[in-house]
Amino acid sequence: MPKFLRHLVFAMGMALLCLGAQGRTEVRPIRFAMTPAFLHDQHALLAEWRVYMEARLKRPVEFVQRDRYRDTMDLLQQQRVEFAWICDYPFVMLKKEVRLIAVAVNEGKPTYRSYLIVPVVDAQTRNIMDLKGGVFAYADPHSNTGYLVPRHEIRRNGGDPGSFFKRTFFTWSHRKVIEAVAAGLVQGGNVDSYVWDVLNKVRPEITAKTRIVWRSPDYGFPPIVASSGVSHADFAQMQRLLLDMKADPQGRALLGRLRLDGFIQGEPALYDGVAEMMRGFGEL
Amino acid sequence: MRLFDLSLRFKLPLWGGGLIIATALALSTSYVFQAWDNLNRDLLQNAEDIGRTTAHALFPVMLHDDVWEAFEVVSLPFAANPGRSLTESLIVLDSLKRVYVSSRPKEHPLLSPVAALGPEFAALGRELPMAADAAIFVRDSPQGRRIHVALPIASDSVRLGTLIVSYDKSLLWERFSLILGRSLGISLLVLAVLLPITAYWGRRMMLPMRLVTERISRIGSGELEDLDPALYPYGDEVGQLFKAYEAVLAKLREKAVFEKEMVRSERMAAVGRLTASIAHEINNPLGGMLNAISTWKRHGSPDPVTSRTVSLLERGLSQIRETVAALLVEAKVKSRPLNASDLEDVRILVAPAAHKQGTQLAWSVELNDGVALPSTLVRQVLINLLLNAITAAGHGGQVALRAVAARDRFDLVVENTGDPLLPQQLARLFEPFTSFSESGNGLGLWICYQIVTQLGGTISAESSTELTRFSVLIPLDPVNENPAAPNLPD
Repeated sequence: MPKFLRHLVFAMGMALLCLGAQGRTEVRPIRFAMTPAFLHDQHALLAEWRVYMEARLKRPVEFVQRDRYRDTMDLLQQQRVEFAWICDYPFVMLKKEVRLIAVAVNEGKPTYRSYLIVPVVDAQTRNIMDLKGGVFAYADPHSNTGYLVPRHEIRRNGGDPGSFFKRTFFTWSHRKVIEAVAAGLVQGGNVDSYVWDVLNKVRPEITAKTRIVWRSPDYGFPPIVASSGVSHADFAQMQRLLLDMKADPQGRALLGRLRLDGFIQGEPALYDGVAEMMRGFGEL
Repeated sequence: MRLFDLSLRFKLPLWGGGLIIATALALSTSYVFQAWDNLNRDLLQNAEDIGRTTAHALFPVMLHDDVWEAFEVVSLPFAANPGRSLTESLIVLDSLKRVYVSSRPKEHPLLSPVAALGPEFAALGRELPMAADAAIFVRDSPQGRRIHVALPIASDSVRLGTLIVSYDKSLLWERFSLILGRSLGISLLVLAVLLPITAYWGRRMMLPMRLVTERISRIGSGELEDLDPALYPYGDEVGQLFKAYEAVLAKLREKAVFEKEMVRSERMAAVGRLTASIAHEINNPLGGMLNAISTWKRHGSPDPVTSRTVSLLERGLSQIRETVAALLVEAKVKSRPLNASDLEDVRILVAPAAHKQGTQLAWSVELNDGVALPSTLVRQVLINLLLNAITAAGHGGQVALRAVAARDRFDLVVENTGDPLLPQQLARLFEPFTSFSESGNGLGLWICYQIVTQLGGTISAESSTELTRFSVLIPLDPVNENPAAPNLPD
């Protein structure tokens, strides 16, 4: 008996060693950065999406969340993440350093818009020019819908975005812009239409305190990109996963909760409109 | 009727209730004052706590000019339970005393000067100390609606702005009135419990007092009513009152019995004196008359008719003499001392009568030789009592005699099992010519009474359905062999 036990212990020890060795060599996690381009405080949803990805990639996946777009851009540039879901403004800025993997389809189109919202008690405002001299909330200095679009709109109407408002500040998230408008802290703000629409379904009591005054033209939906250091195999595998999500019941369920129709490969040309505006501000 | 004439039944509960109400009022008032004080202190403490932590957190935020972050910081105290917080608003002023951010952005718009927020804020803005190291400033004007607590947002002697914590006084009042209401409710509850207890206690206290009072006021009219000690079995003053009342009652009863006895014995003495003097008054002429008849019979020459008449007179006069002699009991007779053989003689004398009636005689004598009492008189008393008893016992009855001579007293008890004596008979038993049978002349017990009384003793009778008992007690005076007869004149 003791002889048999000794053999057993030895065998188990060896097995553990092999497993450990395998873990060390093979398992390098995929790091996926998330930005407040969508409702990134849905932690449970992210956790499920991570499990979904891990099951298909056969690799651990880490979601890295940063509040400021600039931080996510740094992560990409420094190749501290493999993939990222970023706003279209940073995508255009980093065009040469990242590769487009997929674009989400929102209400049938791979596009979204910017909403100018004001507190619901404000029934007079019809466009951004009515808010002159007021207090205005921007989402992020690297946000398309939350910063670039309203500034472009002011300029298009002959205003100077730098002195147009009495006071502006950043909330560092679209959702917080909605909250700032709802609380009456600011007279207006521009937000990601997708964020407003989703919040309108999830927390209608918040969006009910705001009124959409103006809708911008369509822009390419915030893209999912890969950093330049990602191998072709990893790139292809992740692209496949994203594009196949709508074909898979579990994937469809996740998409349903993200309020998206699916992902398509997408074309960089989708973001030409953004590039146009950026050029107007001398940023390209 | 004056208030102080009220029955203690009401006065005690009223007094107790008054004390309870006064106590409850005093306690409640002190509690309410304490609560008001605490509430104010809590409020200021709360303001200071919120203010200090918030001001501390706001410094770097203002330094980075992050309005949204500042908004989140000032909104935090209201996030947990909006509407229930005592704090009304947190306002951050910049160094120009304009609103940097407020937890109520609609009422306090960004960049509006503090003076534009209303007269109270305007006054606050004027009074606000703006030194970098200024202490906490509290503004609580009596006519104002709010209490303001202002703290500098400063670090290392650089002041970026001011945090104002505002409290709505009406909320304070609301909380205070809640406390007030609760304290009032508890007081009323306590009163609702204590007042009935006091009322009950007062009534319960006063019931025995009232009973005693009623009975005492009836004593005057001669009603001696008992109080049930079970009504109040406690040893306090009321219990002592009960005991005292009982003691008084016992004394009064004793006195009444004593008075009755006095009257009776005085009556007997009066009857005795009257009888004796009448007997003497009759005896003297009677002796003369009998002497005359005797002389006439010896020396006269009587014809037969006269002789018959004189003889008739003589028999009549003799009968009068016997009756008078019986009435005139004379205890001052020289006689030898009583001894056991005297009692044995009496037994022999009454035995035939008992035998004839079929009455059982029980005899118990404890007698040493030579009891210092005149034997003739004691024998007469004993014979009278025993014959009466045998007559009363009737056929098949029982008669018992107990005679005990102790050192200083002689006890004689005669009992019979005959029909009981009626109360009215008992009352006049020893008076002369009071006969309860056809045979007697009604002088037997009178004679007994006279003898015993003249010997300084007492005779009494008691009667129940089973037994009628005559008790004689004669004290023995070892010095004076022949006790005086105080009641009877010679």
